[in-house]
Amino acid sequence: MSEAIESVEAFRARARAWIKANLGPMQGWDMSQHCENDDEERKAVARDRALQRKLFDGGFSGICFPKEYGGQGLTPDHNRAFNEELAGHEYPSRFAVPTFSPCASTLFEFATAEQKAAHLPAILKGDEVWVQLLSEPGGGSDVAGISTGAMRDAQGDWILNGSKVWTSRAWWADWGLILVRTNWDVPKHSGMTVFIVPLHQPGIEIHRIERLNGESEACQEFFTDVRIPDSDRMGEIDAGWTIGQRWMYHERLGHNSPYVTHPIGGQKASPHEPSTVGIARKAGRLGDPAARELIGEHRALGLITQKLQNRIASAASSGRGNTDLSAVDRVFRAVASIRRSTIAYELAGAGASVWDEDEESAAEAVGMNFLLRQAAAIGGGTTEISRNVVAERVLGMPRESSADKGVAYRDIPKGPKRAG
Amino acid sequence: MWHDLTSEQELLRDTTSRYLADKASLAKQRKMRDDPVGFTPDYWTGGAELGWTMLLASEEDGGGSVSGRGLVDLAMLAYEFGKNAAPGPLVDCNVAVLALGRQSGDLQRQVLGELLTGQTIVSTCLGAAPWNMPCEASVTIRQDGDDLVIDGTVKPVESGAQAGYLLVTGASAGGMTQVLVPVDAPGVTVKPLKGIDVSRRFAKVTFEGTRVPATALLGSFAGADTAVTRQVQHAAVILAAESVGAMDAAFDMTLDWTFNRYTFGRALASYQALKHRMADMKSWLEASHAISDAAAEAVADGDDSAAELASAAKSYIGVQGPELCQEGVQLHGGIGVTYEHDLHFFLRRVTLNALLFGTSADHRRMLGALQIDQEKAA
Repeated sequence: MSEAIESVEAFRARARAWIKANLGPMQGWDMSQHCENDDEERKAVARDRALQRKLFDGGFSGICFPKEYGGQGLTPDHNRAFNEELAGHEYPSRFAVPTFSPCASTLFEFATAEQKAAHLPAILKGDEVWVQLLSEPGGGSDVAGISTGAMRDAQGDWILNGSKVWTSRAWWADWGLILVRTNWDVPKHSGMTVFIVPLHQPGIEIHRIERLNGESEACQEFFTDVRIPDSDRMGEIDAGWTIGQRWMYHERLGHNSPYVTHPIGGQKASPHEPSTVGIARKAGRLGDPAARELIGEHRALGLITQKLQNRIASAASSGRGNTDLSAVDRVFRAVASIRRSTIAYELAGAGASVWDEDEESAAEAVGMNFLLRQAAAIGGGTTEISRNVVAERVLGMPRESSADKGVAYRDIPKGPKRAG
Repeated sequence: MWHDLTSEQELLRDTTSRYLADKASLAKQRKMRDDPVGFTPDYWTGGAELGWTMLLASEEDGGGSVSGRGLVDLAMLAYEFGKNAAPGPLVDCNVAVLALGRQSGDLQRQVLGELLTGQTIVSTCLGAAPWNMPCEASVTIRQDGDDLVIDGTVKPVESGAQAGYLLVTGASAGGMTQVLVPVDAPGVTVKPLKGIDVSRRFAKVTFEGTRVPATALLGSFAGADTAVTRQVQHAAVILAAESVGAMDAAFDMTLDWTFNRYTFGRALASYQALKHRMADMKSWLEASHAISDAAAEAVADGDDSAAELASAAKSYIGVQGPELCQEGVQLHGGIGVTYEHDLHFFLRRVTLNALLFGTSADHRRMLGALQIDQEKAA
């Protein structure tokens, strides 16, 4: 195993040449995952699968994954160099999150040798897109409060029943990483297990959730007596929370994970999202000092969002910060995003309410983005939970009292009490 | 503030930190509340010996930095000024050092030397500014033969009544002009003003046909726009760093209070409503650190993003600094609005800083104009 590793600079030069020779310019589909309709999305997915395969054949897929799984066995520095060289080029954006991080990263840490051999090369080749099945209809932010369960039958298989929700793009994905309850007689954190499950099989119904702007990328899955062989269990029985915590760590890393191929720099804002200058121009307000002030505030919040992320990342890497500081970032990012949506809406004036189908896409509708603005403070755990994390784990303030500590899961109060 | 400092930077910062805690403690500032200057002459010359005015000057001029990026080092000192709510014209004197740095005139060389030793104070009179239309300028400077004639009024001018010289910016036909004017020049009136701060003193400066020779010019007549913009960026960075220091002090004080104050048999810190407010304040504080540091680095390096980052820092911290301190007052309750409590020193600091060298609204408009220009160019 003392094989010399290619230097980062040599690798970078090789990557640059390969990218220039093999990848076209970045396209709208890469910058935004938004597609106008399902047909367009199917085409985008097929193209991403082909691009992922191209990376694999070119020897640039899974840069930080070991060679035995089809990866390149290189370091995070190599991955970063590749991502920097990728700026401005097309890439398989639909594989980045959640397939590579958190799913493939979590598989790599916790899956059995057989599971890794079966799935990591398939992911690296573009054959498998993964989703994470975590949130449930009964509660979003209380991740460990899940009720979807699996019971073991006489043959040793697991029978899954329940429902997961807010799964992005499950309708065209292949496999899911799922956290389920396997023991109801112990406190909530102690009775969960992780499985891997193919999404398109009898017993799994996938519904699209239409959000209030008409877009429906998120899904809800209903599981009815779905049979999972014990060989698709990941980690020990009832020890799923150990995996779950690392899983959520990889989820927070998202596009910053060393396992993800995603261009760094050179990326313009999504073409679907109109600029504040464009909005003000359309409203005939470019010369209006009040409009300029709003454009400036919008820009400032964008810059500060970037710089705060850098600060927190550098604190983590220098060992001066703790990982809970990412909750500070989460709160700021959401609050800034909400303000930015509001600014766009204020700049547009009455024009925010309507759009011309022949000239503008629905995603350009500033008013619609305003209606959906709170999504930024809900998805990935609400900002209320993040504020608890900041107060308790960053500032050391006392923990909230909870009614489920040390209580067997089946005895935790779950229903409404108000009805008299 | 930066997470990683070199040992030289830490030495620079710690020396000033200890000096301020000793010479400019809040107890001492309370005693000097009605003093017309707010500090003793040896306080300022002692500070100059610690490097307060040398960091933006080149080594040939007798200055120098410890990290190679003078403004980054200065931002560290400014942070300590804010954290101690310390008196002294740190911003104005450093802006003057920057402005005089590339000048060759005898007067300019002499005043620069005096600034570096702390022997003189130069106050900036920004009678025209990058965020104003020329018609909005409060000072005009015109040519009359070989002389320059200055008219108009500027307020607030920091340490105006203590200054030996004034760095005056005014509007001229075709652009902004900067001149260095001795305070005792004919036609200059300096009127001390009452103000919201306890630490710092401000004045109103009036020019009535004030006549100076062309040798008083910094740069060329009507050719100072670029220099003034650069000075404003430096001032924005220093003020932002100061305010972050003051925000840190107010935040720490408030967090301690929530642990120590009990009501209904529990610490304030145990109430979720208050925990969430502290969490929001922490997010503003970290964001302020992040943008303040990024702006200091970009302006120090003359980076393309300098103008944007300086205005982003000045405008964001100008709003969120006072908000954070006012939240601190609210969480303190009645004691928070008393003179007896220390919190108001920091509230004063950030509120006043928000109004100097361009308000948040001014800087947002400049940022907006930059955005519009960038999209036109694209």
